[in-house]
Amino acid sequence: MARRPIPLALGLPRWPGAIAAWLVLALTLGTLCIVALRAGTGQWLGPADWAAVRFTVLQAAASSAVSVLVAIPVARALARRRFRGRSLLVTLMGAPFILPVIVAVLGLLAVFGRGGLLNGVLSAIGLPKVSIYGFHGVVLAHVFFNLPLAVRLILQGWLSIPAERFRLVATLDLAPGRFLEWPMLRAVVPGIALAIFLICLTSFAVALILGGGPRATTVELAIYQALRFDFDLAGAARLAVLQFGICAIAAVLAWTVTLPQAQGGGLDRVVQRWDGGRLTKVGDGAVLILTACFLLLPLAMVVTRGLSGLAEMPISIWPAALRSVLVAALSTILCLGLALTLAMRRGGALAGLASTLPLAASGLVIGTGLFLIVHPFTNPARLALAVTALVNATMALPFAYRAIAPELARVEGDYGRLADSLGLRGWARLRWLIFPRLRRPIGFAAGLSAALSMGDLGVITLFATGGQETLPLAMYRLMGAYRMDAAAGVALVLLALSLLAFWLCDRGGRVDD
Amino acid sequence: MKLHLTHVAGLFLSASIAQAQEDPVLTIYTYDSFVTEWGPGPVVEAAFEATCACDLQFVGHGDGAALLARLQLEGARTDADIVLGLDTNLTAAATDTGLFAPHGLTPALDLPIAWDDATFLPYDWGYFAFVSDVSVTAPLNFEDLAQSNLSIVIQDPRSSTPGLGLVLWVKEAYGDRAPEIWEALADNIVTVTPGWSEAYGLFLEGEADAVLSYTTSPAYHLIAEGDGSKTAWAFEEGHYMQIEVAGVLQSSDVPDLARSFMAFMVSPGFQDEIAMTNWMYPAVTPEGGLPDGFETLAVPGSALLLSGPAAREIRDEAITEWRDALSR
Repeated sequence: MARRPIPLALGLPRWPGAIAAWLVLALTLGTLCIVALRAGTGQWLGPADWAAVRFTVLQAAASSAVSVLVAIPVARALARRRFRGRSLLVTLMGAPFILPVIVAVLGLLAVFGRGGLLNGVLSAIGLPKVSIYGFHGVVLAHVFFNLPLAVRLILQGWLSIPAERFRLVATLDLAPGRFLEWPMLRAVVPGIALAIFLICLTSFAVALILGGGPRATTVELAIYQALRFDFDLAGAARLAVLQFGICAIAAVLAWTVTLPQAQGGGLDRVVQRWDGGRLTKVGDGAVLILTACFLLLPLAMVVTRGLSGLAEMPISIWPAALRSVLVAALSTILCLGLALTLAMRRGGALAGLASTLPLAASGLVIGTGLFLIVHPFTNPARLALAVTALVNATMALPFAYRAIAPELARVEGDYGRLADSLGLRGWARLRWLIFPRLRRPIGFAAGLSAALSMGDLGVITLFATGGQETLPLAMYRLMGAYRMDAAAGVALVLLALSLLAFWLCDRGGRVDD
Repeated sequence: MKLHLTHVAGLFLSASIAQAQEDPVLTIYTYDSFVTEWGPGPVVEAAFEATCACDLQFVGHGDGAALLARLQLEGARTDADIVLGLDTNLTAAATDTGLFAPHGLTPALDLPIAWDDATFLPYDWGYFAFVSDVSVTAPLNFEDLAQSNLSIVIQDPRSSTPGLGLVLWVKEAYGDRAPEIWEALADNIVTVTPGWSEAYGLFLEGEADAVLSYTTSPAYHLIAEGDGSKTAWAFEEGHYMQIEVAGVLQSSDVPDLARSFMAFMVSPGFQDEIAMTNWMYPAVTPEGGLPDGFETLAVPGSALLLSGPAAREIRDEAITEWRDALSR
């Protein structure tokens, strides 16, 4: 992303960033080494593993491409239209990304499944039913999860084009698409596509359920099988290495197609556009309505399903909810700390690596590695919530970093020299220059990491014992005890809490909006 | 608020320390659904603590397979005194870890098969079966199911114990014809889920006509929800069994207490609770018989089960056949 040499910020120390980077490397690669060390030798990957690799890469590439291609018109529509409920729509659209997998899958199936809304409509008008299960189902679900993220990140790119450029382009009677938007997209899209590719790379339950069978076996499922069913640590470590390898290749590819962008500073004026007539307005409207239906209908199904289950929820849900909120808060603070220190390090392979690796890391491998580290010293259950917060913070770091780092670079580029000449350094620089200007991305990053942590059901399953369940774990346990209605109620509470956390943080970051 | 929380945490801490000083602690690793407030955990804990002058602590870890993986991760340093919730498909691997000690008991059990394992003792059992709505015409066997238009959702044998049970069921019933059966079933299988909960959830949401579960599942709906609309299909081939067992760990610091729990486990205080909390058949039928409603359940003509070593022997082959047939 940063091929353009960025001037070193004299006012900010680089060592906290190095510490943060090494911490993340230890959590991702270090835990993998621990697992590999504990393992004996075993055979190299079999044909079934290679089939899993092929499917994993194919579905991740397709999901990433579709997500980004759909996100571009949606982001453009959001960037150039102002309407009532726009910010609510933006917040709600973020919900799929932060939902626990099984909740989102059930929501999707209520719309696209065999007995879902879509097939209800199709058979009512005499058309044959469609099946969601298969490769297309996997892609559909991944687009459902990741489209909101792609839209938010691309929208940020659009919003960062200064109003003055649009004015200039209009004055010169040039096409803004070619001279402003295309360069911006060339700069931001490869990174976003890479991020989504990597998220889909480590998908497991979604791919299996919607893929309709063992054809849809991903590397992460193979890791799960190795760790939980075969107790084959060597196999799990090999597969995790493979996953990092694919990540590295994808990262290099994305890096080679990224073109850095130099827009210059602006005066933060409201963007006014002179291009486009009624037709584009109708087009934008259609794009937004279709996207909103696609993303919000499954959520609405989760809500209606959950309402009837609310009354059946056991009282023990509330301590679990409190635990989830505490973990989310802790995880958010950690994540912001990591992202800010890494972003202030600015550039450097170390920061780039640390902010990408968690995307390709297997939560299960990290959890197992941490377990092996902790277990000789203390009962891992004692650290369950702290470890969960730390791992969640690491997993959310790539998103927080991508939201904060480019803005920080811009602020330093635009105002760094002025601040230097004023002798604004260290804490004062953060307090007076950086934080006020980073409020929007920091709020977004905080909301995202809080919500992601709230819905996470990864490492907690390895560490927690009965009395420490978080909300997603409580939901799974309800499902395991036939209490599907109560579980649906918990899913609704979880959705509400995640959205609330996201909205509070995001709102906090947009007070000047 | 912070102050209050610290106080509360302090109270809990001092309470648990006080308890720990008085009574020996018996730690039992089990699967998640055992320890929920509707599971057998709370009742069993209260009943055993009333007699043992000890502190019984259940610790939930995922499902049976996750439980074994957890134990292998911890090795001999584990805090567990007993592991409760493995099934016969896992006992061979569990025995091989060398972490378990003989239980030394010879209770009379009401299982459809003879039990003589010196390391593991059963506490409940059930038959795997497809559960559907009563309105669906039940197929008579796997081949009948394969020829029908009925849709089913199953679990992945690589990540779930019922999924593995199904694969062994087909293998045990059809032997070398298993791949052929799976190929014929491929178009009936809506999808495969990582675990039981997802599959059962999909079934209840109407995504499939039937789901792989247990013959005892309809009892939950009938007794707990007053809903008699679910039934299990009885197949002519017989049904593969799941026998859930517990074992004492060699490394236990309270071996006598652990053995007295094992004896308690096959006594009425434990066994009478199993049917209505774990929704399985108790290993020892209660004196007053099974709860009302259990008499309505489908009873398979014959029980199929591979011994622990045989199940481990054939597992990889059976999973590969399953995967290859369904990947076409």
